Amino acid sequence: MRRIVKGGRVVDPSQELDAEVDVLIEDGQVVRLDENIEATAEDQVTDATGLVVTPGLIDIHVHLREPGFEYKETVRSGLMSAAAGGFTAVACMANTSPINDHRSITELILGQAKRHPYARVYPLGAISKGMAGEELAAVGEMVEAGIVAISDDGLPVMNAALMRRALQYAQHYDLPVVQHAEDLNLTGDGVMHEGEWSTRLGLPGIPSLAEDVMVARDLLLSADTGGRYHVAHLSTGRSLEMVKEARRRGVRATCEVSPHHLLLSDQLVAESGFDTASKMKPPLRPQSDIDILRQGIVDGSIDAIASDHAPHHQDEKDVQFSMAPFGIVGLETTVSLCLDRLVGGGMIPLSRLIELLSTGPARVFNLPGGSLRPGRVADITLLDLDRQVTVQPDRFKSLANNTPFAGWQLRGAAVGTLLAGEPVALPEDE
Amino acid sequence: MSDEMVWRRKDLLGIADLSAQEILMLLDTAESFVEVAERPIKKVPTLRGRTVINLFFENSTRTRSSFELAEKRLSADSLNFSGSSSALSKGESLIDTARNLEAMSPDLVVIRHQHPGVPHLLSKRLESGIINAGDGAHEHPTQALLDAFTIRRHKGRIEGLKVTIIGDIEHSRVVRSNIHLLTKLGAEVTVAGPRTMMPEAIDKMGVAVAYDLATALHDADVVMMLRVQLERHQKTLFPSTKEYFDLFGLTPRRLQMAKDDAIVMHPGPMNRGVEISSAVADGQRSVILDQVANGVAVRMAVLYLLMSSRSGGTEVRP
Amino acid sequence: MTKTAGNQRFRYKRTVLDERDISRTIRRMAGQLIEQHDDLESLLLIGIHTRGVPLAERLRDEIQKLEGVEVALGTLDITLYRDDLSTIAPQPVIKGTQFPVVDLDDRVVVLADDVLYTGRTVRAALDELTDYGRPKAVRLAVLIDRGHRELPIQADVIGKTLPTARSETVEVAFKGTDGEDCVRLFERQSDGDAA
Repeated sequence: MRRIVKGGRVVDPSQELDAEVDVLIEDGQVVRLDENIEATAEDQVTDATGLVVTPGLIDIHVHLREPGFEYKETVRSGLMSAAAGGFTAVACMANTSPINDHRSITELILGQAKRHPYARVYPLGAISKGMAGEELAAVGEMVEAGIVAISDDGLPVMNAALMRRALQYAQHYDLPVVQHAEDLNLTGDGVMHEGEWSTRLGLPGIPSLAEDVMVARDLLLSADTGGRYHVAHLSTGRSLEMVKEARRRGVRATCEVSPHHLLLSDQLVAESGFDTASKMKPPLRPQSDIDILRQGIVDGSIDAIASDHAPHHQDEKDVQFSMAPFGIVGLETTVSLCLDRLVGGGMIPLSRLIELLSTGPARVFNLPGGSLRPGRVADITLLDLDRQVTVQPDRFKSLANNTPFAGWQLRGAAVGTLLAGEPVALPEDE
Repeated sequence: MSDEMVWRRKDLLGIADLSAQEILMLLDTAESFVEVAERPIKKVPTLRGRTVINLFFENSTRTRSSFELAEKRLSADSLNFSGSSSALSKGESLIDTARNLEAMSPDLVVIRHQHPGVPHLLSKRLESGIINAGDGAHEHPTQALLDAFTIRRHKGRIEGLKVTIIGDIEHSRVVRSNIHLLTKLGAEVTVAGPRTMMPEAIDKMGVAVAYDLATALHDADVVMMLRVQLERHQKTLFPSTKEYFDLFGLTPRRLQMAKDDAIVMHPGPMNRGVEISSAVADGQRSVILDQVANGVAVRMAVLYLLMSSRSGGTEVRP
Repeated sequence: MTKTAGNQRFRYKRTVLDERDISRTIRRMAGQLIEQHDDLESLLLIGIHTRGVPLAERLRDEIQKLEGVEVALGTLDITLYRDDLSTIAPQPVIKGTQFPVVDLDDRVVVLADDVLYTGRTVRAALDELTDYGRPKAVRLAVLIDRGHRELPIQADVIGKTLPTARSETVEVAFKGTDGEDCVRLFERQSDGDAA
């Protein structure tokens, strides 16, 4: 069976392509990109006139919460949220309950994903058993079951000896070791970035050092072991500088940044009157960090933008700031935020954004996708650069609505996705 | 009448939100309530039939008593909830506690909580007016008002005074409210204490920072000592109370480094021999008990102004 | 000529008493007080803030001129005793209550106020007085009685009885507080009249 995506502007940084061409898909794979591909009577046609056609967007930092926390999010609701936000694939973190530290949990997640095929799921396995930070989890078995990376995300690997072993062992499977970089002793009981605003508000601070000390240690371990190291939700200027410097020395280090760390500063906690939607880990940082991260978005030193989609139930967030769980949802806001603020603002061209949201993430985790070259899987995202949207959390497909972006008016949105050449249709009533 | 201000706030959440003019209005109003305490019958019917709930999630005999007395002197009906007796200790969420209180239709809720921002959360959810009686290390607006009131009574002014605040700056809500208030009214504020108790970027709040007593006390008109929270910090922030006293304890000899007529203040309760020696606490320069007395008048003024702004004042009496 | 109070506008109608009228009226009121009280020494003249205070001072001065006796003078601020807290907008600065004597019990108190209207101010003043002691008697002297009482209260000494409509308002000015002696009548403008 053939499908032709007609009339769109194809932007594919993997082949440095930005042109008005049609995409011919056969048996779920891209076959040919060309001007005016003629459709026969049997061909199905997706009209992309006025739209941008990109390799399917991939969010490599998502919490799907299933198993264990289905009241926050399920694989089904999370994947609907991903599709609604323009993503064709997500990588989900291991801090479920039970923790994804053995193959049966990996299989359970992938089984649920198969039942709700709104987007692809690439699970991460835990680094340590029970995420207790002591002994290695059954990495090999989980690789057989389908994990693409390992991480104790939600918690850092505080134990340097364990981190060293993980970086050594993961090389047998060419897996990146993904670190939630945070020294918990330096964090203490901190709930927001330590600086002028934590001082003004009297809230315990999380110093930038908590991240920097960990990244510095891990880069040494990565250099020494040769292991692949990926910094999740990198948030400080100093950590980015260290990653760049290490990479110049040949260390196999990559990093991702979340949209909120590019767009919001720690002042929001005060401005919002202690709104718990401004509470996440790492915390929102000051403008000086934001400026350096944005430079990394421009100069290519950041490999991916990932949402760190962290759904929480409304009751959990509807408490005093200090008691609220960390995290915000991001699957349904990331694309519009990036189109409006990064591309629309003139910071980066559209092709660089697609690199950060598709090609880069695919490369970091060795995923299929991230490209529309002939022979690749036909996962596609359709963007309307002119569509005006208002962030309306009550209309999210996600079960959660904890976002600091409510009410933001943005220009540009994802308007559809195709998985293996088939348009993804979401149930209307949810 | 045209040059008189109108108090329009429903809540008193912190000093940070207030203008200098609003602060002065509160202080001036408090002046008239001092006189009530001198009357034979120390009670006026102003808030008769109004309900005030004192919701204290953290123990504070001093602040709660002061609010209670202020409420009684204004004839309000008051009701006390404390952390140990309220449902919160049984796992009820703050929002549910708040909703339950709301169902009782109080006019004002006075809230003390160990977490910053709790008064702000209540203010977003409740129709009642909210008075912040201390939220974590964030603000304690009525304390700063009574401190300023006391300073003004002794010095005749706030503007141009040098005020030094000494102690655990990082964990003190009193410091933050005082910094906002005193700098808004034109005082020059210096904070001093051990480096381990000095929060990041405190200078951005418009104060000078000192790490030794000689620098901090030099030329000071007002010396405000803070309580060292022994139970909380002894383990990590300084090695012993003796070392603290040696570095930062206020003794008569050290007080000589300040101006000759400098006054000594303390928000209480004091740790004698830790942050302040008894000779200073009980000495002639100490105005610590005045602070307590003024606290009632200041809180009466706050209750009065918040209550009178509540229904918007539609009728006009020229 | 218009004036505004709160969010309402008032239009000037006419002058009720000018400077000479006021002097004459106050002198007559003082005469009545003297007639009514044999023992002027036991009198305590208390002005109700704000314009009862200059009225009380003027009455004292006139009594002194006529009789050579200086009557004791006090002030009363009834703000904290009002029954309409919510309608005090803008909030007046509380000016304080002051008496020259500690014991009110054997005194005859004369409350002085500029305008007697609903009677609620006088009610509040009586409540407040009660908290200070038990005067032998309380009298009331007002410059203008404009009617529309909401409480059973009558003045013992009245400068001028002035029939008014509820839509009208009476403004009293004294030299000491306002720079001139004058009583004017204003009328509230309906929304349609507002410029």
